Amino acid sequence: MCGIAGILNLREERADKSLVAEMIQTVRHRGPDASGIYCDRNVALGHARLSIIDLACGQQPMQNADHSLCITFNGEIFNYLELRQELIQKGYRFATHSDTEVILHLYEEHGEDCVRFMNGQWAFAIWDANRRQLFLSRDRLGIRPLFYTRTHDAFLFGSEIKSLLACPDVRREIDLDALDEIFTFWFALPPRTIFDGISALPPGHSMRVKDGDIHVWQYWELMFPDGATCDEQIGDREDEWSEQLLALLTDATRIRLRSDVPVGAYLSGGLDSSVVTALAKQVSNTHLKTFSVAFDDGEFDESSYQREVTRFLGTEHQEIRCTYDDLGRIFPEVIKHTETPILRTAPAPLFMLSKLVHSNGYKVVLTGEGSDEMLGGYDIFKEAKIRRFLAAQPDSQIRPLLLKKLYPYLQNLQAQSGVYLKEFFRVSGDDISSPFFSHLPRWGLTSRLKLFFSDAVRSELDTRNRYDDLESRLPAQFSTWDRFCQAQYLEAMYLLPNYILSSQGDRVAMAHSVEVRLPFLDYRVAEFAARIPSRLKMKVLNEKYILKKCASALIPPSVTRRPKQPYRAPDGKVFFAGESFDYVEELLSSSSIQRGGIFNPLAVQKLSEKFKNGRAIGIKDNMALVGILSTQLVLHHFVNNSVRTPLYAFN
Amino acid sequence: MPSIKQEIRKFILDNFLFGDKNGFADNDSFLEKGIIDSTGMLELVTFVQQRHGITIEDEELIPDNLDSIERLSTFIQRKLAIAA
Repeated sequence: MCGIAGILNLREERADKSLVAEMIQTVRHRGPDASGIYCDRNVALGHARLSIIDLACGQQPMQNADHSLCITFNGEIFNYLELRQELIQKGYRFATHSDTEVILHLYEEHGEDCVRFMNGQWAFAIWDANRRQLFLSRDRLGIRPLFYTRTHDAFLFGSEIKSLLACPDVRREIDLDALDEIFTFWFALPPRTIFDGISALPPGHSMRVKDGDIHVWQYWELMFPDGATCDEQIGDREDEWSEQLLALLTDATRIRLRSDVPVGAYLSGGLDSSVVTALAKQVSNTHLKTFSVAFDDGEFDESSYQREVTRFLGTEHQEIRCTYDDLGRIFPEVIKHTETPILRTAPAPLFMLSKLVHSNGYKVVLTGEGSDEMLGGYDIFKEAKIRRFLAAQPDSQIRPLLLKKLYPYLQNLQAQSGVYLKEFFRVSGDDISSPFFSHLPRWGLTSRLKLFFSDAVRSELDTRNRYDDLESRLPAQFSTWDRFCQAQYLEAMYLLPNYILSSQGDRVAMAHSVEVRLPFLDYRVAEFAARIPSRLKMKVLNEKYILKKCASALIPPSVTRRPKQPYRAPDGKVFFAGESFDYVEELLSSSSIQRGGIFNPLAVQKLSEKFKNGRAIGIKDNMALVGILSTQLVLHHFVNNSVRTPLYAFN
Repeated sequence: MPSIKQEIRKFILDNFLFGDKNGFADNDSFLEKGIIDSTGMLELVTFVQQRHGITIEDEELIPDNLDSIERLSTFIQRKLAIAA
């Protein structure tokens, strides 16, 4: 796993090699083991290396035998051994044992279609000197990041936005439409990022830069079967689905253990990471080290389950216990890595976890991420089912009580009367027919946070409906999928890459040079899971039923039986319940808010008071606080120091 | 001395609207305007109970009693009259 960056001068003038060196320097946390720069007239490619495969010979940027191609690559191609064998049979010769060289020869063989043969997680750029073009690609599900921008004379790309900001010609301005999207969906819709003019290459896309033109295209999409016919076509052969899923997951885990350094595993105490850890133990039959997050606050802590799994599987386990103060202290640093406003503090404990992994000398961990999206684990899927059930009999007094069963961990919801529960989850006729039915409550609640925007921001914001924007991007087949699959698509293709895999994934793991590998996001698993009948993914209200069935023999029965507890972290308490932090006081002060220009100083002041008085107890207030604070930190870190707190005050 | 309605309005403005006064009338439904969510309900009930020293029973937790400044004010006055 590594950091990449590069420049293509569009005027055919010599590329600025020293600038690429600076760009790479900003992402050395992604690759502290080595660095290199390739320069050929108008192109310069940079690389910061985290050595994992072929430690001796895998240096990058790497050229092919006749030096017509040069690649800078961040990621892993897990089927590289099979691809290598096929290429050797076709006459290709290899100078190294790295997966990087496999991509080069695969490109020689298949051109831009090479990515279709790859099973892995990647962001890379290949300079093709014969065609005078730069080819870039990002993996199917968006595990590895890739950003780009264009100045008056150059195309620039990098693993992180801070690489691009190293170029003085790149503007540092907030994109208000992106901000509005974040305060609706929790993420900006790619290619948009929070920085005006800086784009993210969307997952499953490739791009070519040639003769000054940028061409972006999609090479992969997650597709579901037609809802009307899928059951007839694929039947309900539960045992077969279960066996095939287990076989695929086992193979996905097996190839993700390919590494020349030891591979550990994250263990949350839930179903997904326990399954991955169990499979890793089974496949490798060797010593396995596991790592987990624990919280002082019992509301979020899962350490008793974690201990039970480690005892059952016999792993060597280490945990990092997070206090409010720990999380508050590191939050500014976390935002330096997420490079975007976030609405929950959930990335912060994972930032601490990767530090623990790094301090144990590990560079690679397996995780259970992606299972909830692919196999139907999220509460949002269950909630949508219940809301439809309520809508079918709107006068029922009993049905609303199901909502209490849905959220046993939300105390505020538990205290509601049936009448009010029904009102909060009321479904209108328009909602029922919306393609976003499952997500309307979440997005509606999040959109309420916009009342904190300043008058100037409100008046400048595009008046377009954000939902229409998203709807226009949905694949043509979307309307033919069943409602469960539609909700899965929205989670898997939008929230997953644009928040879970970035702010909670790559960015906070790579902050401490840790590569995450995700067996549930092997594209074979994802495509297979999409075909599993929805009623086997969630049997009535039993989430991830088919996964529990196929993995029941691998993990402790208590883990399959326990009610799902989504990964959460304390939010407002981090900043107001323990140590008081100067940066919080400063960034939320009326003068800072005024200078930032994004939020309304009076509204923020009232919110702060509510927290200080211990009266802010709801999700909305907590999201507002984290959203405002993280936006202010983005301004501080990246936008010309628009707040005046000196950096030392943050450390 | 502020009226019950004024007190409720101030509480809603400070705690749910954070000072945003746009188009908020005494008869507006808290639910329809998206002013109150499940947490807001608890905050509102706690405020009313503490401020007026009354107890709101579970069966009284219905929109007819609580879902606008007007309704809530009427409800509080009724409760106070019974208590007196």
